[in-house]
Amino acid sequence: MTQINVRVDGVTYTDDVEPRTLLVHYLREQLGKVGTVIGCDTSNCGACTVHLDGAAVKSCTVLAVQADGGEVTTIEGLAPNGGLHPMQKAFHEMHGLQCGYCTPGMIMASVDLLKENPDPSDSEVREGIEGNLCRCTGYQNIVRAVQQAAGEMRTAGNGHTSPAEVDTAAAPHVAAQQ
Amino acid sequence: MIPAAFEYARPTSVDEALQAIAEGGDDVKVLAGGQSLIPVMRLRLAAPETVVDLSRVAELRGVRDDGDALVIGAMTTHHDVMTDPLVQQYAPLIAEATETVADRQVRARGTFGGALVHADPAGDLPAVALALDAEFVIAGPEGRRTVPAAEFFVDYLTTALEEGELLVEIRVPKLAGEWGMRYEKFNRVAQAWSIVAVAAVVRRENGHIAEARIGLTNMGTTPLRASAVEAALAGAEASPETIAAAARSAAEGTSPTSDLNAQADYREHLVQVLTRRAVTAAAGL
Repeated sequence: MTQINVRVDGVTYTDDVEPRTLLVHYLREQLGKVGTVIGCDTSNCGACTVHLDGAAVKSCTVLAVQADGGEVTTIEGLAPNGGLHPMQKAFHEMHGLQCGYCTPGMIMASVDLLKENPDPSDSEVREGIEGNLCRCTGYQNIVRAVQQAAGEMRTAGNGHTSPAEVDTAAAPHVAAQQ
Repeated sequence: MIPAAFEYARPTSVDEALQAIAEGGDDVKVLAGGQSLIPVMRLRLAAPETVVDLSRVAELRGVRDDGDALVIGAMTTHHDVMTDPLVQQYAPLIAEATETVADRQVRARGTFGGALVHADPAGDLPAVALALDAEFVIAGPEGRRTVPAAEFFVDYLTTALEEGELLVEIRVPKLAGEWGMRYEKFNRVAQAWSIVAVAAVVRRENGHIAEARIGLTNMGTTPLRASAVEAALAGAEASPETIAAAARSAAEGTSPTSDLNAQADYREHLVQVLTRRAVTAAAGL
């Protein structure tokens, strides 16, 4: 076992993990962050996308030990307490999903894309989320959702990508996750 | 799936990394960005005894100007390579090809050196390194040595790295004169591997092609140079007809595979088309 310190959605955790533990398994099984899903398990589909130190990564292709000392944001920590990030709101309003399985990863990848390119063309959106597969929508409404969120975020002048802060003073590991 | 259990080492310097590799037992794998290694371990196609994680070896990251060459640290991520001003200025071909590698999530983790050492014939960067006559600086127990790209790629997934050695940096010579570059890649869907791709580097002089260097992706077990095309283009007039004629030799000396994506004869055809397009663009036509 290897000890890791990692900040996930604003909460700092110290945990022992086997070096072979994938980040997605650590998030889901050890921290209960089941908002991040496992899709293909072959690094293709992007459903497990989270942000690690500010960049979108496929958490099935990162070892938990590689996140040691890092900061992870999952779909659960994208917006403060119970609120919705503009991207989440846009996917909802523009119907950017059908079954919803790809959605957490789509949203995390799209937020990462807008950080680099706040005003993308439709084809830039499509290229920007090429690492995320959706088998329901045909992507049309996903592109619309990303464009709507981009518009809103530009207006707000707020990238809004840092995780929600949670007061963890003296909060034990599990209690901090409520 | 989950990888098989392994011993984990996380050195913070090249010397420590070499030591960890030496002490790691019979089957040691070096973890760079992990975007090829972790999938392979997850499928249990590899089950190393020890994994040496280079993520904390800061000296292996970054791009620097070393006079006549650009030096790219082996652990520099694809994202950092393609957005680096020095790379964009002196080796835009690397930036152009790197942008086509996989997807943004993979490019955030995957590294330049890792992709080169993995030496997948369908990978984009080996042919680019070959076309740019890059040099590979390798550290080992006996010190450092430099291997030219032409000798680095030995066979399918096999490089000139010996047991116990580590790729530390890649030197890309700065080109003098008026050079144009282009990476032409053909694949079926976004984020897929190249079926075939062509990296062209062309020096123009008075309306002529003074010199052309052409690297081929996925036309054999290693990246290849299209030597016959290079010879036909040397000193030739920079016209669409001349380039089209020269590009017809692009499949000479290659031995492409047949797989789910394409038969060998299709690749032999495709490489001619892509060579024509890449050289035409690199020649500024």
